[in-house]
Amino acid sequence: MDDFRSGVERHRPYLLRYASLQLRDKDAAEDAVQETLLAALANESGFGGRSNLRTWLTGILKHKIIDHIRRSAREIALGADEETSDFDALFDSRGHWIEMPAAWSDPDASLAQQQFYAKLEECLARLPAKTARTFMMREHLGCETGEICKELGLTPTHCWVLLHRARMSLRECLQANWFGK
Amino acid sequence: MIITCKEATRLASQGLDRKLGFLDRVALRLHLAICKGCTNAARQMEFLRRAIARLGEDADERGALRR
Repeated sequence: MDDFRSGVERHRPYLLRYASLQLRDKDAAEDAVQETLLAALANESGFGGRSNLRTWLTGILKHKIIDHIRRSAREIALGADEETSDFDALFDSRGHWIEMPAAWSDPDASLAQQQFYAKLEECLARLPAKTARTFMMREHLGCETGEICKELGLTPTHCWVLLHRARMSLRECLQANWFGK
Repeated sequence: MIITCKEATRLASQGLDRKLGFLDRVALRLHLAICKGCTNAARQMEFLRRAIARLGEDADERGALRR
């Protein structure tokens, strides 16, 4: 029993980081992790040693994060920050690139570098709140678009627009601050 | 079947979130065949997916994946 408790505790830093990446709010992330650890300790038999403990905890945490997003969806839905985006500045009036994207040489080599992830987090922090939330639900939590729409009260089209904007801003940001250097 | 770069990146992004319809797939493929900029952008959007997937991992795990 105590082994299980200390095993679960050991994953707290990882879970906190995981939650922070999605929620961008330290208190909310800590709440979600705390709820996860309590739920895990109350349900040791649910784990049953079947899978990797961290994978199991992360699965619980995902639900707690989505619960939090659901509770706060109304507040964030009111933010008008997504309507003014520099997204349209990438293309001219005929839909052509103003500055054509260059190829990145061996981008996967960057995946082994700590500094790259720091830069990526900086780029994520620059995204408007709703855009970031949508993008991270898709790519970090691995939610399907339908689930994101439901939780955030978006139409599928709006959801795809936000995802497209997020990807385009992130690639611009990484081009300017990492790959283009 | 002729789409702009703006439209092509929109479809390339949506292709990461849903299965595109036949006509959209053809239009995107034709565009990418002749447009280096959109090909780069499409690859980079896929790369972002791989990068975000590893964002929460520890340094040593990333090293292990690399080897």
